[in-house]
Amino acid sequence: MISLAGRDILHSWGKFVFTGVGLGLLIGVTLVMAGVYRGMVDDGKALLDNSGAQLWVVQRDTLGPYAESSSLPDDSYRSILAMPGVAEAANVTYLTMQVRKAGSDVRAMVVGIAPAGAAGAPGWPPYLVTGRQITRGHYEAVADIASGFRVGDRLTIRRNDYTVVGLTRRMVSTSGDPMVFVPLKDAQEAQFLKDNDAIRQDRRRTEANPDFNRPSVPGLLEAIVAARSSNAYVNAVLVTLEPGHDAEQVAESLRRWKRLTVYTRAQMEEILVGKLIATSARQIGMFLAILAAVSAAIVAFIIYTLTMDKIREIAVLKLIGTRNRTIAAMIMQQALALGVIGFVVGKIAATLSAPIFPKYVLLVPQDTVTGFLALLAICVLASVVAIRMALKVDPAEAIGG
Amino acid sequence: MKIRQMQRRTKALLAVVVPLAALFVYVALRSGPLAPVSITVARVESQAVAPAVFGVGTVEARYTYKIGPTAAGRLQRLDVQVGDGVKAGQVLGEMDPVDLQERIGSQDSVLDRAQAVLGEAEARQAHAASQARRYEQLFALRTVSEEVLHVKRQDLQVADAALAAANADLARARSDGRALAAQRSNLRLLAPVGGVVTARNADPGTTIVAGQPVVEVIDPRTLWINVRLDQLNASGLRPGLPARIELRSRAGEVLAGRVQRVEPKADAVTEETLAKVVFDAMPAALPPMGELAEVTVLLPPLAPAPVVPNAALRRDAGRTGVWKLVAGGLQFTPVTLGAADLEGRVQVRSGLKPGDEVVTYSERALAATTRIRVVERIAQAQP
Repeated sequence: MISLAGRDILHSWGKFVFTGVGLGLLIGVTLVMAGVYRGMVDDGKALLDNSGAQLWVVQRDTLGPYAESSSLPDDSYRSILAMPGVAEAANVTYLTMQVRKAGSDVRAMVVGIAPAGAAGAPGWPPYLVTGRQITRGHYEAVADIASGFRVGDRLTIRRNDYTVVGLTRRMVSTSGDPMVFVPLKDAQEAQFLKDNDAIRQDRRRTEANPDFNRPSVPGLLEAIVAARSSNAYVNAVLVTLEPGHDAEQVAESLRRWKRLTVYTRAQMEEILVGKLIATSARQIGMFLAILAAVSAAIVAFIIYTLTMDKIREIAVLKLIGTRNRTIAAMIMQQALALGVIGFVVGKIAATLSAPIFPKYVLLVPQDTVTGFLALLAICVLASVVAIRMALKVDPAEAIGG
Repeated sequence: MKIRQMQRRTKALLAVVVPLAALFVYVALRSGPLAPVSITVARVESQAVAPAVFGVGTVEARYTYKIGPTAAGRLQRLDVQVGDGVKAGQVLGEMDPVDLQERIGSQDSVLDRAQAVLGEAEARQAHAASQARRYEQLFALRTVSEEVLHVKRQDLQVADAALAAANADLARARSDGRALAAQRSNLRLLAPVGGVVTARNADPGTTIVAGQPVVEVIDPRTLWINVRLDQLNASGLRPGLPARIELRSRAGEVLAGRVQRVEPKADAVTEETLAKVVFDAMPAALPPMGELAEVTVLLPPLAPAPVVPNAALRRDAGRTGVWKLVAGGLQFTPVTLGAADLEGRVQVRSGLKPGDEVVTYSERALAATTRIRVVERIAQAQP
């Protein structure tokens, strides 16, 4: 049994393969676009995973700390720690800012992590790719590798210099900015601390206020200035639970007795994915849908054109009495072969180009499988149109002009 | 002929399709989400760990002398500027005495007058005494009446009392004079110790309330560093431990010091333990007060124990542990941790033994089922 499709492909295989490669690049772009969407969602989830928390305690009636600003006193963790079901409670601060390094700067999310007896406490980078975790209470940093920093680099955050002691990976904010982990006290200061000029002017304003600067009360002015230039607030308290306690129950008792807003993992995911990145995700999703539709149209068009190129040969086949089924099988097999080549090239192109993108591109195997099946379906549909055209051809055309 | 041509075509097709298929398989399994996770492995070794405590402090003087008047007044003169060295007892400035000088003059006159009054009283008393003596003799001869004698005796008693009063008046006038002199000298601002002037808060002509410092003097030999140390790692902190001091203005230059005392009261708000660290040898150029200093207090080294890098510590289901390499696969081993040093080495009290292989670095979070590839270094982390 001679494969009619195989013979035909072999007859002009160069053209066939090149068409397949071209198609593949188009499919590659579609897969990458799906990856961009998945990466965006994954960035949000990575943020939650990396925090290592099961509950987020934030300022009352805010959607903090990621979607909204939130601040609560830094000693509230002590009372949270005393609640039943709470295993660990750790302060954390988040601040997106420019981190300077010798003339250049990188947009980064500065995370203040509470000093812990053991590394791996909530808020800490859960794994490193090189270096070590922070051991000093001040002026050390662990950076995400995407920030471009190296171990030993000196960073400047506000007016303090930090030494990078370790690097981690995939620690990003919802907008894909790399994280820089610094000790909590430094981060609290960085969040609040203005530049020296502003501090001086502030001090001068306080001095000019006769209520604060009273000659009969020595020391009052100094006390007020000191009180105004310290920051005892954090953005959230990360909580982990004792085994066997239900997250929602503990959250409810915290809400009730501590009068703070508490989010569970599911609620936090809903806030991040459903609110914070919803618009940009829909934007990408819309684009993905258009791209998929255009790709499908182009695939259909290519297969249709390939068949139309062969319309004379098909007429000859009909003239010599080939059965319709054989002709239909030939066209469909060719379409599927084209689809497979396109998919293979597309997958390779997408996978190899994914790491080059500035933001994270996540290629999910499930997306790939769905894409493959959709591609085959499109090929089959497109070939059905082509088959109809081929079967309708008059055998007389083979000898006609 | 035809067959050979076909074979050539087939070969060419295979030459394209086979590498493509191979690349596809490689891509799908090696560099996508299905790829194995690169890890690096460290062997647990028994090492001595020298823990240390790191803190940040400010340079402060142990004693600050705030010199000001004890009563409200106006500053008349102030002879010293910030940075001047002063000796113990040196006059730094003076308050305006207003009318004190005149009152001293007046008091001098009062004294003179009291002396004159005393002279008068003495003269009267001498006269009264001689009169009394004379009349005693006359009375013995019965030439005067007893009544006259009694009058003379009473005169003498009055004169004695007047003399005592004049003496007391004189003493009072002298004391008043000394009091004014003391007040006068109290207006002088004196340096209680030798040192350096660090603040000059008022200029001549300024009115100053009682107790308001005009000049601040410190003794530079008593500089120390008020260090705030995190409470978590502060166990074992005690006086006498060696410390390394790095001043912010002199980065890279490490000065030797030691812990003078650990404050019995910690800061409850900032959750820090306070300690005072002194320099072993005072730096030649004195650091400005209030300068930030990074202090590392070195605790005594501990006996050797199994040690892992702190990057190896992971969290799995709420437990702290390490991923141990067992027969090519991963196994999470909970550990209890001991002391740690500042270089990131942590002693393991239980859970591991020397020779165990644990995962140090990994490209992403690990699970027991993760496919792994042991590498020398994580690819992206190479410098």
